[in-house]
Amino acid sequence: MMGYLSVSLQPRAVNVDLQTDATLQVDISDALSERDKVKFTVHTKSTLPNFKQSEFSVVRQHEEFIWLHDSFVENEDYAGYIIPPAPPRPDFDASREKLQKLGEGEGSMTKEEFTKMKQELEAEYLAIFKKTVAMHEVFLCRVAAHPVLRKDLNFHVFLEYNQDLSVRGKNKKEKLEDFFKNVVKSADGVLVAGVKDVDDFFEHEKTFLLEYHNRVKDASAKSDRMIRSHKSTHTTALLRILLHHYAYYCTTTAPLRILLFFLKVSELFEKTRKIEARVAADEDLKLADLLKYYLRESQAAKDLLYRRGRALVDYENANKALDKARAKNRDVLQAETSQQLCCHKFEKISESAKQELIDFKTRRVAAFRKNLVELAELELKHAKGNLQLLQSCLSVLKGDT
Amino acid sequence: MADTARDPPPEQTDFQELEDGEDLFPEPAAAPESGPASLPAEDVSTNSNGPKQDSLFDDDPEDLFAEATEEVSLDSPERDVLLSDGPSPAITPITPPTSVITPRIGHAHDDMFTHSSFDEIEEEEGGDSFDIHIAVSDPEKVGDGMNAYMAYKVTTKTSLSVFKQGEFSVKRRFSDFLGLHSKLASKYLHVGYIVPPAPEKSIVGMTKVKVGKEDQSSNEFVEKRRSALERYLMRTVKHPVLLKDPDVLQFLESSELPRAVSTQALSSAGLLRMVNKAADAVNKMTIKMNESDAWFEEKQQQFENLDIQLRKLHASVESLVCHRKELSVNTALFAKSAAMLGNSEDHTALSRALSQLAEVEEKIDQLHQDQANADFYLFSELLGDYVRLITAVKGVFDHRMKTWQKWQDSQMLLQKKREAEAKLQFTNKPDKLQQAKDEIKELEGKVQQGERDFEQISKTIRKEVSRFEKERVKDFKSVIIKYLESLVQTQQQLIKYWEAFLPEAKAIS
Repeated sequence: MMGYLSVSLQPRAVNVDLQTDATLQVDISDALSERDKVKFTVHTKSTLPNFKQSEFSVVRQHEEFIWLHDSFVENEDYAGYIIPPAPPRPDFDASREKLQKLGEGEGSMTKEEFTKMKQELEAEYLAIFKKTVAMHEVFLCRVAAHPVLRKDLNFHVFLEYNQDLSVRGKNKKEKLEDFFKNVVKSADGVLVAGVKDVDDFFEHEKTFLLEYHNRVKDASAKSDRMIRSHKSTHTTALLRILLHHYAYYCTTTAPLRILLFFLKVSELFEKTRKIEARVAADEDLKLADLLKYYLRESQAAKDLLYRRGRALVDYENANKALDKARAKNRDVLQAETSQQLCCHKFEKISESAKQELIDFKTRRVAAFRKNLVELAELELKHAKGNLQLLQSCLSVLKGDT
Repeated sequence: MADTARDPPPEQTDFQELEDGEDLFPEPAAAPESGPASLPAEDVSTNSNGPKQDSLFDDDPEDLFAEATEEVSLDSPERDVLLSDGPSPAITPITPPTSVITPRIGHAHDDMFTHSSFDEIEEEEGGDSFDIHIAVSDPEKVGDGMNAYMAYKVTTKTSLSVFKQGEFSVKRRFSDFLGLHSKLASKYLHVGYIVPPAPEKSIVGMTKVKVGKEDQSSNEFVEKRRSALERYLMRTVKHPVLLKDPDVLQFLESSELPRAVSTQALSSAGLLRMVNKAADAVNKMTIKMNESDAWFEEKQQQFENLDIQLRKLHASVESLVCHRKELSVNTALFAKSAAMLGNSEDHTALSRALSQLAEVEEKIDQLHQDQANADFYLFSELLGDYVRLITAVKGVFDHRMKTWQKWQDSQMLLQKKREAEAKLQFTNKPDKLQQAKDEIKELEGKVQQGERDFEQISKTIRKEVSRFEKERVKDFKSVIIKYLESLVQTQQQLIKYWEAFLPEAKAIS
């Protein structure tokens, strides 16, 4: 049914407040949704000497974004940074299923109903599509805005290399390996988190992030449910009452103004229904997406703290090993080198981590502010629109009767 | 013979205003026709016959039909005298000039009649001085245990002269309402009046109340019932004929009312009702009416369709109410979650804003609940009422069929008797012959009455259907307007809440 969908996007509202500077600007200028994949056109404008041209575009798929993200995570040099969370996989399954069901049920509904439902579902598909594009874009923008990550070689290859990066998705074996790695990591994470930090700042951050992350997770889930409920509460039922009455009266010799009454009311509900749908969509965008994003970001921040905690544990272990070695006067040099490495790693991470966490807070506050303000403004706009429609219809109806 | 004779003299202008509530059935001012026929009518009217199988109405001084009943009841000896003189004059004034010929003339005229009466109704709307308002309030539990019941206060405010006072109230219990309906139904349904159905019994609901469970659901149940009883009474008094019925007046006015025991579900009367209903259903299937009147066929079909539609719509409104309640629950959950998030946020201004967001969402949750109630009470209950009303309408159409059947049966019997009489002519049995002749005369009267009954019920149904449709439009319109007003309020509240929140959000820095 949905062959493919191509959407040209103009500069859209970025979820995260980022400073774009002229040295490197990245955006997704176009996107194509095919049967089972989405093709993003990544457009770059840069004054940096690293690139061959000052403006260029390439086509990338979701797996290539994941490859880039994973390369950051696995890079030891970046251990002290919050790695921008990877964009979620484009998921049109639910929407596609609905469209398919609609196609199957075409015979059982009127042409009008069918067209209307089709339009609605297509709009839903489009909304999901736009969202996934936005999320992939935000990822790239975060990388481009980061003073260190923007210089990453893989990133430049990602932006510039105009062939397929031949990055295949992980196979079963690799996925299983990942799974075990995560299990080990969480167990280790618990261990590491248990170690009390001397530094007050980090100790506070640890406690804060743990609680915050859990609460964002809960709020995100609840907001999703609320918005889903909102979407399914239509005044469609009432619309149908009116249309049926209207149709019934067409078959009797009812006076014209009764027909007009019902017609006007059903038109009104048609319009208010559209506004209600937009309210749900805006809430989704400004509230649900915000929470989802910060769920991922807070996880990335937690990961950073974990890495630092890990480095701290390693450092302390190295110290102990060094003391032991000195006591036994055996492999002292080896222990010293090892200890120095650990110390250096730990200090490097700590230094950048502090700044990263401060930046995280700044970004978070700015993003929430922007979205909450926009949410309130949109809610007001829609409520006022609804009110105006209702009041004008009421005055007409009351005037008639 | 019957048709032409029934054309009343055109000067009978008293009855052109069909919908004038007060004067729908004015007293027959003077018997316009032949003297001898009218005299016995007056005599007979003083005989108070109890409710009979064929009697149309109870004794009602204002009821025009009272005399007609006495004249044509099967057992009344005077009937013969009257019939031999041609049409009973008391009947003719009732039929307004236009409607007499309607059953005979084809579809086109029917349309005109319906249309014009509908228009008349619409014109009347402006000058409608229907001034009566009934409120059902103050549900009070009386007694204890399984014998307990809810007593409701029924307050009537009116300026109509048929009532003794302008404002008065009485205490009634649910079975009183059912009793009233049962009386009205037995009096009026079989002559074609659409008697509004009483609210449904609910053994489960009432048991909870009796047992004394003071919780949300039993309060809701009592409120639902109270509202339904109020709507029921208002619908009943809106009917111009029912309004003047003595049982209705007694119900509204007298402080003591004999308890209606036959309304209990498990009583013998109740069982009898169930048996009758079943019998009716079987009968309905076996009667094949020869419908000469396309209007009725059309209308019956329309009501069938409407019934199906209304039931479907009732179901979808109930699902809308469900969804809205779910939305309310989810909004409350989110509000709590947002408050928790605000608590853990360490940036002060953002933390405060998030708490404010949580409060806004909580208030919105309350709004959703109120909206769900509006959806429910306004639409769902209305649709439920109309589903039951349509059943009553269909019942009235069925009665017409039965009336027709009776008429046909009498005709067939008459035919048989005539054949038998013809045979008897050739035998030498003067007694039997006379008896046959007598029987034939009786049957001829019965046939005529049957035809009159049939035409009367047909006419009444037409009027009732017009009235019903007009009322239905009014009801739906008023509910829709109330609903829109409730939506307006919701939006105004939403605006208030978000306007209060916006500066908090902007204050984050």
